[in-house]
Amino acid sequence: MVSIAPAPATERVLTVSDLSVEIRRGDRVVRPVSGVDLVLHRGETLGIVGETGSGKSMTGLAIMGMLPAGGRITGGSITFGDTELVGLPPARYRGLRGNDIAMVFQDSLTSLNPTRRIGDQVAEPVRLHEGLSRREARRRAEEMLALVGIPRPSERMDDHPHQLSGGMRQRVMIAMALVCQPKVVIADEPTTALDVTIQAEILDLLDDLRARLGMAMILVTHDMGVISRHADRVGVMYAGRLAETGPTPALFERTRHRYTQALLASIPSLTHDRGEELYSIGGAPPDLSVHDVGCGFAPRCAAATDRCRAEQPPLVADGAEPAHAFACWHPADGPVERTPARLAERPAAVDETSAAPRLRVVDLRREYPAGSDGWFGGRRTVKAVSGVSFDVAPGETFGLVGESGCGKSTLGRMLVALDRPTSGEVVFDGVAVSALRGRELGERRARLQMMFQDSSAALDPRMRIGAILREPLAIQGIGTRAERTARARDLLDDVGLPGSVLERFPHELSGGQRQRVGLARALALDPSVLVADEPVSALDVSIRSQVLNLMRRIQRERGLSSIVISHDLAVVRYLSDRVGVMYLGKLVESGAAEEVYAAPAHPYTAGLLAAVPGEEGPAEADRVPRIHGELPSPIDPPSGCRFRTRCPLATDLCAEVEPVLEPVSPTHQVACHFPLQTKEGAR
Amino acid sequence: MTAVDNAGDPPATLPTPTSLRTVLRRFRHHPLGLVGFGLLLLIVAFCYLGPVFWKTNQTDVNLLDAALPPGPGHPLGTDTNGFDVLGRLMAGGQVSLQIGLLAALFATTIGTLYGAVAGLAGGVVDGFMMRLVDVLLSVPFLFFVLILSARFHANAWTLALVIGAFSWLISARLVRGEVLTLRVREYVLAAKVMGASRRRIILTHLIPNAMGVIIVNITFQVADAVLVVAALGFLGFGLTYPTTDWGSQLASGVTYISADYWWLIYPVGGCIILTVLALNLLADALRDAVGRKAD
Repeated sequence: MVSIAPAPATERVLTVSDLSVEIRRGDRVVRPVSGVDLVLHRGETLGIVGETGSGKSMTGLAIMGMLPAGGRITGGSITFGDTELVGLPPARYRGLRGNDIAMVFQDSLTSLNPTRRIGDQVAEPVRLHEGLSRREARRRAEEMLALVGIPRPSERMDDHPHQLSGGMRQRVMIAMALVCQPKVVIADEPTTALDVTIQAEILDLLDDLRARLGMAMILVTHDMGVISRHADRVGVMYAGRLAETGPTPALFERTRHRYTQALLASIPSLTHDRGEELYSIGGAPPDLSVHDVGCGFAPRCAAATDRCRAEQPPLVADGAEPAHAFACWHPADGPVERTPARLAERPAAVDETSAAPRLRVVDLRREYPAGSDGWFGGRRTVKAVSGVSFDVAPGETFGLVGESGCGKSTLGRMLVALDRPTSGEVVFDGVAVSALRGRELGERRARLQMMFQDSSAALDPRMRIGAILREPLAIQGIGTRAERTARARDLLDDVGLPGSVLERFPHELSGGQRQRVGLARALALDPSVLVADEPVSALDVSIRSQVLNLMRRIQRERGLSSIVISHDLAVVRYLSDRVGVMYLGKLVESGAAEEVYAAPAHPYTAGLLAAVPGEEGPAEADRVPRIHGELPSPIDPPSGCRFRTRCPLATDLCAEVEPVLEPVSPTHQVACHFPLQTKEGAR
Repeated sequence: MTAVDNAGDPPATLPTPTSLRTVLRRFRHHPLGLVGFGLLLLIVAFCYLGPVFWKTNQTDVNLLDAALPPGPGHPLGTDTNGFDVLGRLMAGGQVSLQIGLLAALFATTIGTLYGAVAGLAGGVVDGFMMRLVDVLLSVPFLFFVLILSARFHANAWTLALVIGAFSWLISARLVRGEVLTLRVREYVLAAKVMGASRRRIILTHLIPNAMGVIIVNITFQVADAVLVVAALGFLGFGLTYPTTDWGSQLASGVTYISADYWWLIYPVGGCIILTVLALNLLADALRDAVGRKAD
């Protein structure tokens, strides 16, 4: 074992050495963590990054002594200060947990008790561990709530969790974890459930508190961007083992492990050249219930040799940098060597087919009833989409970005007629689809397909893949059964899956394979418009780039018009020719993707781009500070410009007059009184 | 990105990875369920195969042999009409089980279709259909059945129909609830986008996916129906001579409780309890196996 050299003059708070965990589920034994070494020093942030199933969360849970049922530590040790945690009696563990070692969970909605007031929940750890009186504990809780940035904490103390927004609940969770001033905080995906602007605020808060309270933090996440911005040191996990560890800058600049290197290359960035295919790692992570002798990454690694498959590489330190260690027989030097695959230019014929847009959205609105204000009050409505218009040309991809609750998914559902607009229309090839009903709609629909987010929910778990792919053809009455099967086979081939998949059930496939099947099904009826709602957000990074490349290729080959809906700015940028930015049911900016990303004109767009972790925002980021606060309620949206409540540039004019979309260039429009780019014709 | 690492076990993260094989595997690891299943097999074998080996006369009254205590020739004695109790248990069991199964199937079929239609339709239609269920549920069932049986003579079929006509309400509620959660699943939306008709969605997506719940419900319903038949028989509104069921037998036994004819009460009472217990154990195990409480 290699001891990872500590930074000089720092005190070790937590040492994990050669930790192995096993989980027994029925007859299966899974080894989510095998032989992991970690050191945590006082006052530092250690990032643990990895994909689903890499063992990163299990490592955190093992330190907390909270492994799930059937799980146990099979070897190694965890030392906290001078205390050995492995085999510690439960009563003593309870004394440490929440007091010296605390945890911030991902989902604040399920991690807070919905029936208790937040003040009492924050006060609970202090009462348990420090035996303070009720009043004392409440005072401490109030201080802590103020510290995590809850406005007017004395009034909020008596609120129940459902009365707070997602970001506020996450702050309460952090207050609860920190109220006893623990020495170590484990934050397990603390911001994954949050929007990008709120994520940035929460991570900054954690950083700030860590420095002020002198704690050490373990930040467990799948997001390389979060790690690069917030961790001092990083441990990259793959298949239950530590693949590479070292100081953050060294690891990112001089990546040595082949997995880390490939992972970094496969993340779409905001500055990626769109003409180039994303790098992607083939295959999927290994099954951890099978005992492997060699390196877990070998089957997916381009540089793998027989030695990689036969022998587990040990974690060895880099000669030049002793703090930087990696477990690889053939370490990499520099970025991934590859010849960038250029994407074929779009066939010219598609552009010329017609000047008319294929899909037109005209002043689309959707309001949902939201109960009434008391018995005699007027009916209130949630204004999910409030007057959105755009066109999509044949063969063009239009991207819609925005935070959760901005109405982008509602809009997507209306495009494929799953939902009816309150007013306005969706015109597809000259026919207003939103007004069609019954049989006519059923036939028209074949040309308008949708790809869903969660591949495990979008495929009927009781149907074989063959039946799933035949279903659209059967519904539309196309071909005989044999012809449908042949078509299904072709479709699978198109999305890069073998024909043997036809006989499988969805749960037998991996997430990436399922998402491919989802795409194949959407293509079965040869649609001319494809709406993809968060097509890759349920997938792991290494799988994500495979699916993104596939979607790009299919868009090009088939001359599909597509609408890509996502909260992920990089995904939208990679897939789309033009983008629209939505805020609270309105389109605030739209234009050619390159233009919008390079020179955002709306302060909201600029703020969103600046909040993406791991990306240096555009030059405007200096002019526009981060967006603070949260999305106002769509039941009662702000007057005038809807963004004014969070906008750093807002004036009285913004509250009175609602800005309309105006061009800043022929291919770029913005709805703002004070755009960051000069409007065309003005000034 | 999923919330928590699932230890590299993608199937376990799926909402319903319940292929038949998984269900069987989970069921095999459920000792109480196996006990229930075994018990039920024994009871069915006793009722249907028993008469092949133990031939008794269950149609002609024989007052000479009336009310004999257990002894040679009559292991469980005879009742006040001189029928052999062991043979009578078998005959009565057949009727009770048949009525129970028939009523449960009838109730579940109606209830499933009704619930699926209501759940998928939603809105006013759903509201109306479910309020109708509420109204029918507020009719006192036993009272109603007693009036019916007082006016008409029940046979196995009509009894099953009447019991089924009341117990479909519960299935309807259950299936509607299940459909409400299923109909917003993305695969149902996907089918809609492909232009699928409502009928197709119900038959190919909703009902097969609610099947686990439905099967569990059938099992519970059989148990309930066996109890209801027993209760009706006990109250004297069960089947008429020469057919018999466990309830009627229990009733006639209780009449002679002061005469200390214990063999007329305990064997039949035990049969009812064991059958209902076996069915409930089986249903519990099935419910776990199809993943209601699994993991």
